[in-house]
Amino acid sequence: MKYTAPTKQGYFGKYGGKFVPEILIPVLEELETAYETAQNDPLFQKEYYDLLREYVGRPTKLTLAERLTDHYGKAKIYLKREDLCHTGAHKINNAIGQLLLARNMGKIRIIAETGAGQHGVATATACAKFGFECVIYMGAEDMERQKLNVERMGLLGAEVRSVESGSKTLKDATNEAIRDWVTNVENTFYIIGSVVGPHPYPMMTRNFHRVIGEETKDQLKAVEGRSADYLLACVGGGSNAIGFFYPFIEDNNVKMIGIEASGLGAETDKTAATLTIGTPGVLHGSLSYLLHDKEGQVQLAHSISAGLDYPGIGPEHAYLHDTKRIHYYGITDAEAMNAVKLISEKEGIIPAIETAHAFAYLEKLMPLTQKDQIVVVNCSGRGDKDMKTISDWFSGS
Amino acid sequence: MSKETLQAKTSRIRSVFQDRDKDDKVMSLFITAGYPDLDSTVELILGFEENGAEVIELGMPFSDPLADGPTIQYASNVAIKNGITMNRIFEMVSEIRKSSEIPIVLMGYINPVLRYGVEEFCRKAAESGVDGLIIPDAPIEESSVLEKTAKANNLDLIYLVAPNSTDERMKLIDEHSSGFVYCVSVTGVTGARQGDEVAKSVERFIDRVNKNVIKNPKMVGFGIRNHEDAKIISQKTDGFIVGSALIDSIRSFYPNNEWKRNVFSFVKELKHGDHKKIQK
Repeated sequence: MKYTAPTKQGYFGKYGGKFVPEILIPVLEELETAYETAQNDPLFQKEYYDLLREYVGRPTKLTLAERLTDHYGKAKIYLKREDLCHTGAHKINNAIGQLLLARNMGKIRIIAETGAGQHGVATATACAKFGFECVIYMGAEDMERQKLNVERMGLLGAEVRSVESGSKTLKDATNEAIRDWVTNVENTFYIIGSVVGPHPYPMMTRNFHRVIGEETKDQLKAVEGRSADYLLACVGGGSNAIGFFYPFIEDNNVKMIGIEASGLGAETDKTAATLTIGTPGVLHGSLSYLLHDKEGQVQLAHSISAGLDYPGIGPEHAYLHDTKRIHYYGITDAEAMNAVKLISEKEGIIPAIETAHAFAYLEKLMPLTQKDQIVVVNCSGRGDKDMKTISDWFSGS
Repeated sequence: MSKETLQAKTSRIRSVFQDRDKDDKVMSLFITAGYPDLDSTVELILGFEENGAEVIELGMPFSDPLADGPTIQYASNVAIKNGITMNRIFEMVSEIRKSSEIPIVLMGYINPVLRYGVEEFCRKAAESGVDGLIIPDAPIEESSVLEKTAKANNLDLIYLVAPNSTDERMKLIDEHSSGFVYCVSVTGVTGARQGDEVAKSVERFIDRVNKNVIKNPKMVGFGIRNHEDAKIISQKTDGFIVGSALIDSIRSFYPNNEWKRNVFSFVKELKHGDHKKIQK
């Protein structure tokens, strides 16, 4: 079946749209035009792919996880190594793409929100490489949890602004970035870090990450001569997952599973399992699933992972959830932390806590697989930034 | 055309703008429902009316007010902590309607409205005596259902124009709006601004608005701190809107003795300036 979402208006089924103040309407229209031009411009595409190859280090490897495969004794497990991207996570694919667009549009100032700091670091990196002014909004609590990334952004020349409102995490950093954006629309480009926000951001960000899935497809073909049976990726806003899944979406033999952070459990109020327990609502410019109370007030999400504790999710995931093309499951803090340990010990790879949520799902999936099947996990980022959280967890503090 | 006669009969908003001296500007005040406490909202609004307000924009608090500056963020937070609900807001409006015909416009973000249900929301709003709606994060593109439902319930739907709106866009907004058009004086979030920041850029924008928005009255807002600001900025419009400066005033007096009296005198000054206050 041909998959064509989103519509011209930015809708994935009933989700998406442009729920923004009037000030942003001309800005989004300008962006749509610039993006469309860039997509059809071979020079833009060449520059983008050259940078991915020579600067980001793509294509990233597809590694056979031998000891992990032996551990479960079932299907063969491969890892798509986005942790090997420059800056340590997939986020840079999109940051570079959007920065090139910003440059083409004549913007001189870049802003971004960040949760775990990976998107902030990626954006600060791209800005340093191209000589742009860069302001990163980050929740005060996240700055505490992700100190290393705060220092990296500083060294890269970005100004990190601490956000003290609300839950002091990603949601509030995004609010603050949008406030900056409406104030400085003339010269400022907002590089959104996930497949959230108003149209065309969810589509654009997906397309800048689809290289993950495209490479995976080619690499599997080369080593296995076929496609995957299962793809696993973690989902906060959902950028690594959609980039990984999208090129496989028309192939119904590939089962895809997005793994949300259920925090202390989806049945508790300390959770970020948006698709599991949320209902449709509007946050940050688009209609999607949302954690909100009966008055429509957005609830605070919880996850041990600073990159996943977002009460919303990209509208395309909401659509793919409703159509059941992709299945979504929640993984708790504890399950994710066990996976951090397991992957470190079995594969010599310390995954980001975000990424570990995807690995944790192997516990549930692997017993159901066959030896001749193939599972690919998107290893979306490395865990160096999480060392403090990880050691605190295992030392019981 | 039956719509026209219906509106002519029922629109409190429209009647405010009729038969006015062109120098007599309509003053609209924004107050967050449930700020500074749940019990004061009705009394504040009645007092605002007594002291010169002619339209009330009653804010429906939202947890993530991304078009608002620190002042309204703060007021929204307080109101949510105070336990404000949509039903409570409707009750407040019903209460006001017992003694006042001042036009009341509910202003807030789309999510609480969607959560309540657009149909149910519009029906309850109309029943309680609300006259119109302003939903800043629901531009024309996303408002077809809301627009239809509001119209069916005789609620005006007021859209915003911004300094970066094109002429074409302004015309379209005028076409879709009823009641009035809200002119956002500067790009940015809500909040009182310093010095001439607003006045400088606003004139050319308002000239463009006047050329393109011809069906509806025009109210200008964002950044107005006092009577002098209001006078300059609203010169070529039908009136002005003050929100953050009013909430700042409440914040500075609450909960001292006589805080309401001080706030009301701020309101009177907003409308008439200092000299009128001295005369009275």
